[in-house]
Amino acid sequence: MATTTISSVQPQKPWKATPAEIMPTILLLIGSMVATFAIVALTPMKGKLAYFFLFFVIGTASISIRTGLSRGRTAAVDSMASAIAFTGAAVVFMPVASILFTTIQKGVAGLHLSLFTQTMFTASYSDPISKGGLLHALVGTIYLIVISIIISVPMGILTALYLTEIKGPGAAFIQFIVQAMSGIPSVVAGLFIFAALIVSTPIKASGIAGAFALSILMIPTVTRTAQEVLLLVPNDLREAGQALGATQWRTVATIVVPAARNGLITATILGVARIAGETAPLLFTVGGSDNLNWNPFKDYQGALPFYVWKGLLLGTPESIQRAWTGILVLLTLVLILFVLARVFGGKRMKK
Amino acid sequence: METKTAAPAPREISTKPRTSDRIFRGVVTGFGMASLVILTLIGLFLALRGFQTFKSEGFHFLTGVKWESVTSESGKITNNFGVGAMLIGTVLIATVALVIGVPLSVLSALYLTFYAPERIKKLLVTVVDLMAAFPSILYGLWGFFVLMPMVEYWAKLMFKYLRWIPIFDAPQPFFERSPFVAGVVLAIMIIPIVTSVSREIFAQTPLDRIQAAYALGATRWGMIKAVVFPFGSSGVVGGAMLGLGRAFGETVAVYSVLNIVFKVNIHILYGTGGNIASMIILKWGEAVGDETKALLAAGFILFVLTLLVNMFANFIVRRTLKSGK
Repeated sequence: MATTTISSVQPQKPWKATPAEIMPTILLLIGSMVATFAIVALTPMKGKLAYFFLFFVIGTASISIRTGLSRGRTAAVDSMASAIAFTGAAVVFMPVASILFTTIQKGVAGLHLSLFTQTMFTASYSDPISKGGLLHALVGTIYLIVISIIISVPMGILTALYLTEIKGPGAAFIQFIVQAMSGIPSVVAGLFIFAALIVSTPIKASGIAGAFALSILMIPTVTRTAQEVLLLVPNDLREAGQALGATQWRTVATIVVPAARNGLITATILGVARIAGETAPLLFTVGGSDNLNWNPFKDYQGALPFYVWKGLLLGTPESIQRAWTGILVLLTLVLILFVLARVFGGKRMKK
Repeated sequence: METKTAAPAPREISTKPRTSDRIFRGVVTGFGMASLVILTLIGLFLALRGFQTFKSEGFHFLTGVKWESVTSESGKITNNFGVGAMLIGTVLIATVALVIGVPLSVLSALYLTFYAPERIKKLLVTVVDLMAAFPSILYGLWGFFVLMPMVEYWAKLMFKYLRWIPIFDAPQPFFERSPFVAGVVLAIMIIPIVTSVSREIFAQTPLDRIQAAYALGATRWGMIKAVVFPFGSSGVVGGAMLGLGRAFGETVAVYSVLNIVFKVNIHILYGTGGNIASMIILKWGEAVGDETKALLAAGFILFVLTLLVNMFANFIVRRTLKSGK
């Protein structure tokens, strides 16, 4: 049998730059790099700033001049704009890389197992890091997160339901208020809990007071994300529920909320990520104990940001090392939450 | 066989919601109002506790530049509280942050929306989101140990060549822990919010206008200049104001890198300064009695300031987003 070969036409992409077209740009960039090194070596301009600045200026200028020579002035301006936009994005990228790198580099030096089994009750912050640990702070932060979830998630989701399902006469106004609330400085949230609770009620500085302060910051985050998710639930589902004779309550509870479940989990995680590292409100509300406290309703509580804060304020080499290690643990927690939010958020997008 | 059953009575048709629905709507509406209640309570309590200070200091509380509580030998306490110096510091630092942060944010938003290939775009969006998730104390720690030596070097250069401009002058060549350093740290901290708002607005640019510009032969930059900027500029201003609100209220990061001194200082490179939020935590530790009340009053000022800026910013952003639909 004769085999027939089927030749299929490869899709053409005439707009794609060919290697011959990219080549001059790459050569120019290499050229500007060489020129940068030469200028830094020969002139008194020194340092990272000089490298960066010269490379940017020479690179942008040479590329736009080349474009200008071959395609005219308008094209030269256009390619200069692309180069500047790219540089802006690259500059934004740099601090993040530097922060991650420094935190890991400096934090890992202080990591050891007893960090997670001991507290600072018998150790002082300026002791070597092998003495004492941050168990009390970890327990405190977990308490703060759990209580904040218990307070903020129902409130946030119900507010979001008000905005998307009930759409009452005040919905636009409440939307406005929620947005305004998400801009409240964290220090104000702490001052408010101090002024409203700690001064005049039996609730003193403790885990619960800290969680109240954090909830003020968490509610708007949960509300806004939950609202976005609930808006993604197709209206057909709501109408189907009503057509089957369900009341609005049944429709929301058995159709809308389950359909948005993953998104609501994302909302919760994003809310937790927002508050996990907050320091300012805790300074007024939790007391910052160095001892393990399992009771969030009574006595001072520790927290991870507070641990870092104390280490930073004291300023001795050992305490700074504690601060870096503490922030590494905190950052790991935030990164885990961040990845989880992406995972659940990704599922939502696929549906 | 035939059995006869009485026909069921016709069902009463009504548009009145069932009891379960009424309860549901009531509960949800109640929680919907919670944000309003919380916001009102915050303003109320801070104003209430700070009332005494407002009364005794009057308008001087906003303009005064001293913060002292002196107990004389006879036991008489003389208070002199004013946030004027810190108010100027707050605006100064936030201005530095905006001048550096907003152009970078707008450039990255432009790059993300109109230039970036899909893969780089995803990466960069993740990076910007991650920046928003970093705790502010991390920015403080990093700012102090990593950024400050670099910025100090830039400050020396600026001092050397730009001294003739008054704000770049300094009474003494002391550039550590200056408002400029705090401004750079804040600039990095406001980048995520300004970038994401600008990106949202740029993405709403009407596609027909974009295509019309390209069809008329515009280059990418020509299109951005002729279509995107006229459409989005007011929204970007709104995004920048959201960043301003963030910069006004930032506490821990500013406290970590700034040398807080109660003096009016408009020389951004010179190592003294302060903002209201960081002043509150500086004074909190030793504050008793009247001073605590004065700090709560300062908190009230900060609350009102950020609330106004945020509300105005949200108003602008929403108007721009609506006009694209």
